Amino acid sequence: MADYSLAELCIAACAEIFREEDEILATVIGLAPRIAGSLAKKTFAPGVMMTDGEYYLVTDPVPVGPRNGYKPKKHGVMNYERVFDVVYRGARHCLVTPVQMDRFGQMNISAIGEYQNPKVALLGARGYPGNSIHNRNSMFVPNHTPKTFVTGEVDMVSSAGYNPARYPDGRIPPFLDLRRIVTNLCVMDFGGPDHAIRVTSLHPGVELNEVEENTGFELVRAENIAETSAPTDDQLNIIRNEIDPHNLRATIFKGDPPGRPL
Amino acid sequence: MTALNKSMTVADIVGRLQNGMTLGIGGWGARRKPMAAIREILRSDLKDLTIISYGGCDVGMLASAGKIRKLIFGFVSLDVIPLEAHYRRARQAGEFEVMEIDEGMLQLGLKAAAQRVPFLPTYVGLGTDILTHNPDIKTIKSPYGDETLVAMPALKPDVAICHVNKADAEGNSWIAGPDPFFDEWFCRAAGEAYLTCEELVDTKEFDDETIAMRMPIERSSVKGVAAAKFGAHPTSCSPGYGIDVAHLKDYSKAAGEGWSAYLDAFVIGLTDDQYCDKVGGAAAINALPLPVF
Repeated sequence: MADYSLAELCIAACAEIFREEDEILATVIGLAPRIAGSLAKKTFAPGVMMTDGEYYLVTDPVPVGPRNGYKPKKHGVMNYERVFDVVYRGARHCLVTPVQMDRFGQMNISAIGEYQNPKVALLGARGYPGNSIHNRNSMFVPNHTPKTFVTGEVDMVSSAGYNPARYPDGRIPPFLDLRRIVTNLCVMDFGGPDHAIRVTSLHPGVELNEVEENTGFELVRAENIAETSAPTDDQLNIIRNEIDPHNLRATIFKGDPPGRPL
Repeated sequence: MTALNKSMTVADIVGRLQNGMTLGIGGWGARRKPMAAIREILRSDLKDLTIISYGGCDVGMLASAGKIRKLIFGFVSLDVIPLEAHYRRARQAGEFEVMEIDEGMLQLGLKAAAQRVPFLPTYVGLGTDILTHNPDIKTIKSPYGDETLVAMPALKPDVAICHVNKADAEGNSWIAGPDPFFDEWFCRAAGEAYLTCEELVDTKEFDDETIAMRMPIERSSVKGVAAAKFGAHPTSCSPGYGIDVAHLKDYSKAAGEGWSAYLDAFVIGLTDDQYCDKVGGAAAINALPLPVF
């Protein structure tokens, strides 16, 4: 098996999010999600729909970074207004990177600190409220720390989660469907009691207590916690030569560490 | 038949605004923002504006100039520079009220105003702090079942301003770049809509099937049209010119203490032609590469 980086391990793990998807629009925000969605579409999830990152639906995922003359192969458009129509219909899976997340799966990309005079103003809630309540959502979190996975609730709940107290009638809404979280340490899902977050696999060399110490809330342990699957030679070849030829993925983690400790 | 003539200047458009008005701004982030009009607002005494925008440096500049009383938004971002420095500074200082909503809720609010209904129902917003921080946004029980929905209130700008590639004096307009964003909804929702354009052309230029497909704004919603070559700079106006990333980086550094120097250098007392020269000239703007996402 070839050597691989932590970034490549996470990309392969993120791609798995789309394995069971049929014909959905993949909204992949950020470098690792974009490479992961592209990898899935090029291999085991050909029905996935993707865009050039701006407007056109493309037949083949567009390589990341400078295109050097590469022309996206278009087969339709996905302007923002149409995106919302797709959001509401539900045939969409978002892979996003929140700044904070809590035990309910609620995410924050709006503001850190007190809301009226926030310590840090971020983007704003963007499309998170709609994405979360209408579409499947998964997350890539490159910095698994208690500052990201917070105790209590996130500072500004930008996305809907599994917190019955937040719904008018106490019922979790029908289309809310949080799927999986890939971090620099592990893979988690929402398969615990009442959708509690659960560790399903640990990256090579990572111990469960390291994950627990870096999480601000209690995690459920899956019955059999596996080791996160390494990217296959075929996957590495596609990532390195087709999707990310400029090795932008080396910037995902500081120092571009290996995926398996040497 | 008398020919319609809605042509005016950018200053005329801004002259239609009054203190305390609600202004809807077309474009998205750092793309096709009506920046010539924004610069004209910066030169004016206007104040206490409520701004509705898919925000970029339009919001950032108005925030640094102290023009905003209330911001209705889903995000403020420069796309290629994710966080907008001027917005952040002002937001962190609590300098204006916020009505922070989901991007889709913003569209529903405009659509409700355009349809002249008080609200449109949606699931979006449930379960989030959008409802906590906007107690004026109410929920409603479905009259047909037991679902509880958000009643997204109509968002009606007094005035909307959008920037397009070409327009004629009647108010017909062509958006040549890929995405029209929500410009037509800003225009339909607003009491009065105004367009700035890269080029004011004769109506016969639009007599083409491909062009006609990209004319989403009904001229009946357009009250006035003004030529503003490079009027979206430093945001992009595809396919003519891309985002001026270098300019936006310098602009970002001007948040806070540097703001008055930025105003002096690029806004105060400058005509559009002088602005163009200050930011490198027509050839340099035309050479700005289109953004790749």
